Amino acid sequence: MIVAARPPMLFCSVVLIGAALIASCGGGSAHNNSMPSPIAASGSNVQPIVVNSGPASNYANGVFTTLTVCVPSTSTCQDISGILVDTGSYGLRLLSSAGGGALTLSLPKQTSGSATVGECAPFVSGFTWGSVNSADIKLSGELASNVPVQVIDPTFSAVPADCKNSGVPADDTLQTLGANGILGVGPYAQDCGTACTQSGTNNPGLYYGCAGSTCQVIAESLTQQVQNPVALFPKDNNGVVIELPAVSGSLPSLSGSMVFGIGTQSNNSVGSVTVFPLNSSGEFSTTFKGKTYPAFVDSGSNALFFLDAATTGLTVCTDNSGFYCPASSTNLSATTLSSGTNANISFTVANADTLFANRGAFVFSTLGGPNAGTFDWGLPFFFGRNVYTAIESRTTPVGSGPFWAY
Amino acid sequence: MVSAVVSAFLCTLPCYAALGGDISSVQDDQARINASLRVTQTNAYSVHELRSPTGVVVREFATSSGKIFAVTWHGPWPPDLQHLLGEHFAQFQQAVQSPNGRAAHGPLTIQQGNLVVELGGHMRDFVGRAYLSDQVPAGVRAEEIH
Repeated sequence: MIVAARPPMLFCSVVLIGAALIASCGGGSAHNNSMPSPIAASGSNVQPIVVNSGPASNYANGVFTTLTVCVPSTSTCQDISGILVDTGSYGLRLLSSAGGGALTLSLPKQTSGSATVGECAPFVSGFTWGSVNSADIKLSGELASNVPVQVIDPTFSAVPADCKNSGVPADDTLQTLGANGILGVGPYAQDCGTACTQSGTNNPGLYYGCAGSTCQVIAESLTQQVQNPVALFPKDNNGVVIELPAVSGSLPSLSGSMVFGIGTQSNNSVGSVTVFPLNSSGEFSTTFKGKTYPAFVDSGSNALFFLDAATTGLTVCTDNSGFYCPASSTNLSATTLSSGTNANISFTVANADTLFANRGAFVFSTLGGPNAGTFDWGLPFFFGRNVYTAIESRTTPVGSGPFWAY
Repeated sequence: MVSAVVSAFLCTLPCYAALGGDISSVQDDQARINASLRVTQTNAYSVHELRSPTGVVVREFATSSGKIFAVTWHGPWPPDLQHLLGEHFAQFQQAVQSPNGRAAHGPLTIQQGNLVVELGGHMRDFVGRAYLSDQVPAGVRAEEIH
């Protein structure tokens, strides 16, 4: 396996921006980034990823990949680029050509009796609506066979009222989604789990049986639900490692790797990582200025989203309330908590308006935004840090998932 | 501090909305989502906590005169915001539709006049709150609303 080391000087130059030079660069705080993490360059379990503007040419801090989908058990396949890599969701969703996406391959639709199965998949700031289809998914040298995937399609049956009532808009165009699809490689195997297998009021209503223009909530078995394809690989199926180089300031693009498996091969060994187990809500904890908050790690969040203006002292942008716009770049630190060693995380938040004034930049290491009462360690957290995401109930050399480790 | 569990009863239409409405509508909410109800009282407000069979916890905050000034939620699925935001839902939907330039992909913070809506979390873990900033009782800090 060829492994390329990060340039140490580049890494340390980033840390110089942060507050704690000695702690972060000299190896003081736990092991956290005391050494530059190597990035796997190639291999049968190494999937290239890139942070760039994406297929809609306007994405800030979006990490994308190219995968191959096939009609199950055939060689009828299509390569699709511009797929967002998301550790905050579970399963593959492809934007149909009807929504301006790249998918033109006709994948067989899942049925329930005489009805076609549809899904309303909830994301925080939008939902995806469309049919559930079956595909073989090829990622690097790995193959997940006959996987339920969602085809996001605004022309599929009318969006059910219960789906609309979440209040957030449909992400069903290239402009709103910003990607040709979303590859959910987070710490769960299905996008719903046991709740959706139940009937009656215990069912949260993600899956529908659609006949004509009418859709009704159905119980959907675990194996029929949209699946994290990594969990279905024959090997290297206990999680992923996202590996991106350190970034100083802003860049046009940034290349890295997604390595499949945790402790299954020489290129995904756990080394000296610290494990951060998830609680029943899929969260761990982070301490900031002496108070502890729920936290999660999410490559699909495009900034460090944490707390609020009053708590952080960072002003929210007047033109875009999703980001912080401090008068000058601000160095902060927080501590992520595990059952063993904690990790001190130094980070910098710059003025988003100033960052976005650089029209050619799409990689922003200092982009932050508000998230009342919570820490969402989004994509900038991944820069210069190999982040392990272990799938629920899968074993690894450092314990069973679900967990994050870095 | 008063705590009570009230059994669910059938919703009699119309089910009134929550935010900005009267706390008597909390029983409509309870019936609509088939939830258990727990009430907590402080000096400045009461908190009516509803726990649905799907695991979503909704808290409705009411002033001493019974007006709901805030709602919060946490659970594996998003709540029915059309119902929880009531008359403010359309305003929220309009605000949420306008990603100009480089959008935030992650949590969402909407502030329109006195309406504040914050959505956070990720798939299988949703958290959020909505409040009317001009209705929050004097001396109550925003971080108490959770």
